[in-house]
Amino acid sequence: MSAMSIIYALLFYVATFIFVAGVGYKIYVFARTPQPLKIPTTPAPITYTGVALRMVREVTLFESLFKSNKWTWLFGWIFHLSLLLAFIRHLRYVLTPDNVLWPIINLELVQTAGKYAGYAMLLGLAGLLARRFVVDRVRYISSPSDYLMLLLLLTIAGSGLLMTFVSHVDIIALKGFVLGLLLFEWQLLPASPFLLIHLTLVALLMIIFPFSKLLHAPGVFFSPTRNQRDNPREQRHVAGWSAQIDNTKSADAG
Amino acid sequence: MADVQAPVLGEYQVIPHIQPDAMAGSKPYVAKPDHNKPLGFPGELVENWEQKAVAKLGELVNNSRALQVFLDSCVKCGACTDKCHYYLGTSDPKNMPVARQDLLRSVYRRYYTLPGKLFPSLVGARDMTKEVLDEWYSYFHQCSQCRRCSVFCPYGIDTAEISMAAREIMDSVGQGQKYCNEILAKVHRIGNNLGLPGPALEDTLLGLEEDVKEETGIDVKYPVDVKGADVLLVTPSADFFAEPHIDGLIGYGKVFHAAGISWTLSSHASEAGNFGMFVGSSENLHKVAKRIREAALDLGVKRIVVGECGHAWRVAYSFWNTLIGPFDFLDRRYPVPQHICEFTYDLIQQGALKFDKSANDDKVVTFHDSCNVARASRMGSMPGGQFIIPRAVVKASVNKFVDMAPETIFESTYCCGGGGGVLTDELIDLRVKGTQPRMLALRDVVESHGVTHVAAICAICKAQFSKVLPYYKFPMDMIQSVHGLVSKAIQLGPVNQ
Repeated sequence: MSAMSIIYALLFYVATFIFVAGVGYKIYVFARTPQPLKIPTTPAPITYTGVALRMVREVTLFESLFKSNKWTWLFGWIFHLSLLLAFIRHLRYVLTPDNVLWPIINLELVQTAGKYAGYAMLLGLAGLLARRFVVDRVRYISSPSDYLMLLLLLTIAGSGLLMTFVSHVDIIALKGFVLGLLLFEWQLLPASPFLLIHLTLVALLMIIFPFSKLLHAPGVFFSPTRNQRDNPREQRHVAGWSAQIDNTKSADAG
Repeated sequence: MADVQAPVLGEYQVIPHIQPDAMAGSKPYVAKPDHNKPLGFPGELVENWEQKAVAKLGELVNNSRALQVFLDSCVKCGACTDKCHYYLGTSDPKNMPVARQDLLRSVYRRYYTLPGKLFPSLVGARDMTKEVLDEWYSYFHQCSQCRRCSVFCPYGIDTAEISMAAREIMDSVGQGQKYCNEILAKVHRIGNNLGLPGPALEDTLLGLEEDVKEETGIDVKYPVDVKGADVLLVTPSADFFAEPHIDGLIGYGKVFHAAGISWTLSSHASEAGNFGMFVGSSENLHKVAKRIREAALDLGVKRIVVGECGHAWRVAYSFWNTLIGPFDFLDRRYPVPQHICEFTYDLIQQGALKFDKSANDDKVVTFHDSCNVARASRMGSMPGGQFIIPRAVVKASVNKFVDMAPETIFESTYCCGGGGGVLTDELIDLRVKGTQPRMLALRDVVESHGVTHVAAICAICKAQFSKVLPYYKFPMDMIQSVHGLVSKAIQLGPVNQ
């Protein structure tokens, strides 16, 4: 067992712990925090089904962003879709052939889509980065962390593409390493500079996720303007401070 | 204020390049101790206000999922940057919704997030300083809480929620805004924003009855404090004296008369407006709303109808059931509360009202969707009824109706520039510039369709239009109440059994 393998094994345990615990805690905070008043942005759905459909459109089609700005929508949507495709392709490193998902993950189409999604990801990220430089309004609102986040993702995508198309790594050994992590039977990590860069930055991404704007991913599901039903007259809504209100006493006085 | 210049209206709406600090000097008068204390706020800026403001921020975030999610979720995508009428009209980048939110988010990040504590400059986190407070005071009073940004944000982030929180924090450390707090104190003391006492209200209404009698020859009543009436009408107090608001009030009375439904105003709850929302104070929001429940119970009415007022309708529609419900003492066959436009629309649908539209043939009318009605409430049983129903009422009253450009109406409507607690003289520069997108859309239908009048269902919109229209070379009486148009066209007399 090389020192490098041990360091990366530990890194991934730590990163996974921070990611899961951090995002889990944040979801708990979002869920626990009361929303005392009804504030859906109207026109809003009246039923739960309507809310679910609104949310599905929001997270799959980026409906509001589409209404807002076509360039940002285009680059943002390309990036997120290709991220999803690349993520699915990567499942081959953690799943074994006896898994129910394996026949899907192993499809030529799925693997090829995930492979070329890397280029689309670069394109989407480059477009988003360009907007931060080119559009004065977006430049004004950008902090160093906003640029660094895009650079981080660009480097992850770039190092991945280099391994796919330029300097191949021993993916059998890599899968051994990953499964070893899952089964707590550590295996050797194949030595490749691109792989080490790729994995380091992915671990970094996982670590900063719960503390950064990446919280938009769970956040959107908890956004009251999007997830509330428009039924305040039909059903009395109370939560938090509004649940403390008791009008029966004051009413008698009136 | 003679130096206030209206922006030149171009061919079409341009997104301006940023001009940092263009509006840095815009700020409302600070509230005096006399304005603050009746609301439960410290009289003036307290000692250790920095720590207290930060603590208050933490408390608010813990008690509002909206605030928690909105502060954590913004990715700075820029989708909202060209959506605020104040940015379009002033070019000040701090009037871009995300930049306005960041004035507060930067403080949240500094004190309540790990990266903000460790690497403040990396993530744009800032200490709570006097400069930050001054920026808050200036720019959170350049937000009309119109929610247009929330329509376009991929996460539904609503800057109105952030600006309400910022104002609540400022109030809690004694840095309140004079205009809103003075008005709130008047409602608590007297019952309406104007400070119009009961006897004066009765006089005004008697005067109205005489005017209507003179105009129509019919005894239309404008009753107040009548026990046992079917309907309690709660309307913004501007309806009692301001133009064109009062024409709307006259119209409501005629509709009730024609329908033969007994109604009353209340001297105890003579105000639909609720500035508690503008300043973000749940206590004041609740306290102001409570007068309406008390009046309804005291008068023994069966229904509550709300007059033409944008933010009041948001509070009534979205918040009343929460704040002053349940309404089990009212007749549940009718929506509680019901908007006056819903009320009139239902009567029109039943054929209970007769109109002579030709009475308004001197007008070509367009309709301005008020932001709180459009994006924070509903009318009728279908989503979007808030756009259809008031237009249907206008169209029942006039022959010539034209809508403004689609990207400036319905859920995309532009604020009049005076909402959310900025309708005060010292902010006239902001108000004139902020109305630019609305004036541009209006100018287009004036030129293309000969529009002569714009109708609205919001007391603030009406007051703001009256004030800013002349800056854009439009006559101030171009703004109309929807029920002012109804009033002109409705046929009284034998229809009423």
